Amino acid sequence: MNREKLVERILLICALSAIFVIFLIIMFLFKEGLPILKKEGLSFIFGRFWEPSKNIFGALPFIIGSLSVTFLALLIAVPLGLFCAIFLSEIAPGWAESLLRPVIELLAGIPSIVYGMFGLIIIVRAIKVSIGLPTGESVLAGGIVLALMILPIIISISEDSINAVPRAYKEGSLALGATHWQTIRNVIIPSASSGILASVILSMGRAIGETMAVVLVLGNVEMIPRSIFNPAEALTSVILLEMGETPVGGTHYQALFAIGILLFVIVMLLNTASILIRRRMR
Amino acid sequence: MKKKIDADKINIHVLAGIGISMILLMGFMGCIGGEKESKTLSLAGSTTVEPIASKAAEVYMEKHPDVKVTVQGGGSGTGIKMVGEGTVDIGNASRKIKDKEKDLYPDLVGTIIAYDGIAIVVHPSNPVENLTKQQLQDIYAGKITNWKEIGGEDREIVVVTRAEGSGTRDTFIELVMNKGKVEETSRALQKPSNGAVKATVAGNESAIGYIGLGYVDDTVKPVKINNILPSSETVKNGTYPISRALYMYTKGEPSGVTKDFIDFILSDEGQNIVEEVGFIRID
Repeated sequence: MNREKLVERILLICALSAIFVIFLIIMFLFKEGLPILKKEGLSFIFGRFWEPSKNIFGALPFIIGSLSVTFLALLIAVPLGLFCAIFLSEIAPGWAESLLRPVIELLAGIPSIVYGMFGLIIIVRAIKVSIGLPTGESVLAGGIVLALMILPIIISISEDSINAVPRAYKEGSLALGATHWQTIRNVIIPSASSGILASVILSMGRAIGETMAVVLVLGNVEMIPRSIFNPAEALTSVILLEMGETPVGGTHYQALFAIGILLFVIVMLLNTASILIRRRMR
Repeated sequence: MKKKIDADKINIHVLAGIGISMILLMGFMGCIGGEKESKTLSLAGSTTVEPIASKAAEVYMEKHPDVKVTVQGGGSGTGIKMVGEGTVDIGNASRKIKDKEKDLYPDLVGTIIAYDGIAIVVHPSNPVENLTKQQLQDIYAGKITNWKEIGGEDREIVVVTRAEGSGTRDTFIELVMNKGKVEETSRALQKPSNGAVKATVAGNESAIGYIGLGYVDDTVKPVKINNILPSSETVKNGTYPISRALYMYTKGEPSGVTKDFIDFILSDEGQNIVEEVGFIRID
């Protein structure tokens, strides 16, 4: 066998090992979690109470907790990120771009636990003092921290898709007498919309899967939050908080894996949607 | 053309060289690891027991420089799981092994190494000094929701608790909430460790939480229960009502270095360490 082939084989094995690992993770997750999902059925997803010591497993408070922080984060981060992307690709002079881009990349590189600490010390305290709540640990705090974390994803993917809009569209619009802002609003944004949507969906997956930052600022209360000023608990937090303490192999243990399955399926769907949308874009 | 082939050859030789040396290196490290295996001791589990284990490990390693002792946290459940599966030599637990765990790992043997009081802590600025056990239960059951009902300021009480399965929580539920017959309020904030509960209470004037006695320092204020302040004396003489035993679990009766280490903790010197880090000696 010649060397060329040998190297190709080695590279192929490396590539396959990634698939193999994913396969193992899925198998393990479903092996541990599926029995209880089957037994509890829909009451696992729609049950309002989570009391492992009494074998009551209803994950609804956590599903709502996860979704509410995620949507709040999107509400904050999408407009901010989109405008930032427009500024960077269309308006920013060279110096501003060369200043902003590294900063945004840095934002993406900060470990999530550091965001969590920042959130706990600064944001949680600020919310507590300014609104006068008994505790600042709340959906609002989680939403703000997550918004900061997904901002770089929204900015970079939106910017890519804005840059991918053919030059001719923009020039045509300007030649017809439209102003720069009119061109951005009516030509560039609509043409880049699928890429922007993909960035939103991808960041949603990131937000739902986030653990360390969320567990520190969300308060972790096994209750459905009534407003953004209430504490809540996310799907990821339940696993983090309870995994270390529960006996292996018990129903509680399996229920935590079932929550893992829920998370896995949600993130998988979001990623697939994002890939499909981006493929359509091309 | 000839030159290009040469370059490829060199690259492949370099790659092969790196590959072989890495394999050799790994084998070499494996050997060292294997040799050292008999002289390492690993502990994991309860964050309550962790300070005792860490301090004891430090002193033990000074006396036995040939032994390397590592201590990890993770929680009582993790400790029992890891020792049961043979991942560590000793599993620390702040509760007795549960039946479910006993079924899975029937050969685990527990040794009581210390006693611990669970201190009820509030923010240092909180004027409340004393609670009856009943009041404490009512707070955690969500029946008392404002500090003014028990002689404090007009503030909503922020109840802080541990996640289900925590050894500290199990003891608290057993002793304060009548073994779980009284339901804990679902408004309680859940924290992953003793340290996290302490940090939350230290940062919030309205909060109340429970932590191992060894974790109490001046960032939080321990409250008297039925007029008894938690301390080594009151736990030992049984007047303080919320206390428990701390365990080290081993697979089978402890032997070799494991036995030596546990004996060290049970010795007078070891028990002095127990006392020094804020827990109560067993003798």
